[in-house]
Amino acid sequence: MSQPKSTCPNCGAPIEFQFSSAVQTTCPYCQSILVRHDVDLKKVGQVADLPPEVSPIQLLTEGIYGNKAFRVVGRIIYQYEQGYWNEWHCVTNTGESLWLSDAMAEYAVTRMVKPQTALPPQEQVRPGQRFSWQGVTYELTSVNRAHYLGVQGELPFEYWDKRDLIFADLKTEGVKFGTIDYSEEPPLLFLGEHVEFDTLRLKNLRELEGW
Amino acid sequence: MSSAPKPNVKSLSCPNCGGSVQVRGMGRAATVVCIQCLSVLDATSPSLTVLQTFKAAERYQPLIPLGTRGKMRGDPYEVIGFQVRELMADGVPYSWSEYLLFNPFKGFRYLSEYNGHWNDITTIKSVPMNTQEGGRAAKQHLATKYVHFQHYDATTIYVMGEFPWQVRVGEKAVCDDYIAPPYILSSEASDNEVNWSIGEYTAPETIWKNFGLKTTPPSPVGVFANQPSQQKGEVAKSWGRWLFWTTALFVLQLFWSVFDSNRKVFQETYTFVQNKAGTQAEHSFVTPVFELPGRTSSVKVDLATDLNNNGAFFNLALINTENGKAFDFSRQVGYYSGRDSDGSWTEGKQKDSVVLPSIEPGKYYLRVEPEGDPSETNASVPVKYQITVKRDVPTWGYFWIGAILLLIPPIWTSIRSGSFESKRWAESDYGGGSSGSSSSDED
Repeated sequence: MSQPKSTCPNCGAPIEFQFSSAVQTTCPYCQSILVRHDVDLKKVGQVADLPPEVSPIQLLTEGIYGNKAFRVVGRIIYQYEQGYWNEWHCVTNTGESLWLSDAMAEYAVTRMVKPQTALPPQEQVRPGQRFSWQGVTYELTSVNRAHYLGVQGELPFEYWDKRDLIFADLKTEGVKFGTIDYSEEPPLLFLGEHVEFDTLRLKNLRELEGW
Repeated sequence: MSSAPKPNVKSLSCPNCGGSVQVRGMGRAATVVCIQCLSVLDATSPSLTVLQTFKAAERYQPLIPLGTRGKMRGDPYEVIGFQVRELMADGVPYSWSEYLLFNPFKGFRYLSEYNGHWNDITTIKSVPMNTQEGGRAAKQHLATKYVHFQHYDATTIYVMGEFPWQVRVGEKAVCDDYIAPPYILSSEASDNEVNWSIGEYTAPETIWKNFGLKTTPPSPVGVFANQPSQQKGEVAKSWGRWLFWTTALFVLQLFWSVFDSNRKVFQETYTFVQNKAGTQAEHSFVTPVFELPGRTSSVKVDLATDLNNNGAFFNLALINTENGKAFDFSRQVGYYSGRDSDGSWTEGKQKDSVVLPSIEPGKYYLRVEPEGDPSETNASVPVKYQITVKRDVPTWGYFWIGAILLLIPPIWTSIRSGSFESKRWAESDYGGGSSGSSSSDED
């Protein structure tokens, strides 16, 4: 697969894309947030100081999910009342986007899906509401506010000027769960499942001192 | 990863008292406690802002010290947090300890300890389904049904080390425990969230070994909610053993019955007439000597009379001619018949028999003393009776004794198991005892 190559409009460093459909990336040298319109990259912002690393996952970590190999190419970092939470953007060997989340060392894999029916607007979501997608019943358990902290690497959409975000958490009777992200209009729906760390067979993890 | 990993500890100073505060959670901690001045500090702020200072009636010491590493399910974990929580039941506080274990790859798990009973706890992400078990509320999670055990408010009364969420002393959570020994399913509801976890009852020795502790774990007191009953499997097993041995005994008994010789060694017919009332003449006599052959075994004496609307009493003794040993026995025989408004009736039998279970071989005779009842209408009718002595008859007495003795172990095991279960449930909301939370909690 030939990857599109470009240069950082801020510092001139070469920018190489792992994910051909990436819309946004960050320059690893000057930490500029770059958005790709057409062929050129445009600087839209600067990555703020990121919080101390907590996740054993890092850019270029590789793993396997559902018989597909994937590679971590980007992430969004959030802060919520319980600490930090990372949504790692992964690309599979078939070019599909996956999200691997690490919240308090609990891991989950989700995909963005287009709901058949419109999602309820933010002011109408209430715990206890039920939804059925892809034959699975989801119950809305809580609506949480998170704080956007920063981005790193390649993302499939522009995500750089957020502040506070509203998420609705959806649980099922099994390991499957969902999240409605109210940062966009219309809101985004992510469906996925909780996974055990070992089942992802992750390689190229960050070295953790003392472990 | 180095071959001998060492705990990664960051030392900071408490903004409140200047004492040293250790952080082990590698950026995962939300709060950390300064144990010198009992302050809960914000671990996410570089300056460790003070969130709370608390008072504690007692300075609790964790049985597994903070910073200890041990293996749980094959992965290394480090004890990074410790809290003591309390519930009130009928005005009596009950407290237990919770240990937070951390592995930077695998995340968090917990150990809880109450009165020497330990549980290995992990959180679950799915929501267990509502169901029922024996009219009691229950939850279904995967293939297991958990029965409701108790409902309580848990209050945090002491905190040490660090936690990945905001902890405060005094914080309350509304909890429900459901059990399927050795597992316990717990829900913990705080402001806007319900968290579910599953604990597995774990022997303290296992934990002490996993963490390489040199101390002695406290002995468990009483029966814990999800403590597996040692008797539970034993009850079924002991009844299985009972069935096996009783069947074996029955088969053996049938085998003996077939092979018992049941040999007739003496038979004779006699007649006697009861004297008129007032006379004292005796009818006692002795039979000719007969031989009881073989080993020590049973002897059966049959009495067959022609009594009709009459009764008689037979005093008998089997006497050994060689050593004079006598076996006394007696039988009341009577047979009555007639006709009344309900039709014809009969009462009693003309025959009776006696089995003497273990008689050594030798030469014997019988002393016989028949006695009529002068008050009987037919007392003057002569009574003809036949005495038959049989050697080595099948007896079922030992079989029944054996069968009853065999019943003792399974009944004992069943009772002990029942008492284990009643001790377990005595601590629940359904115990009706003094402990467990009262119904006033359930609103």
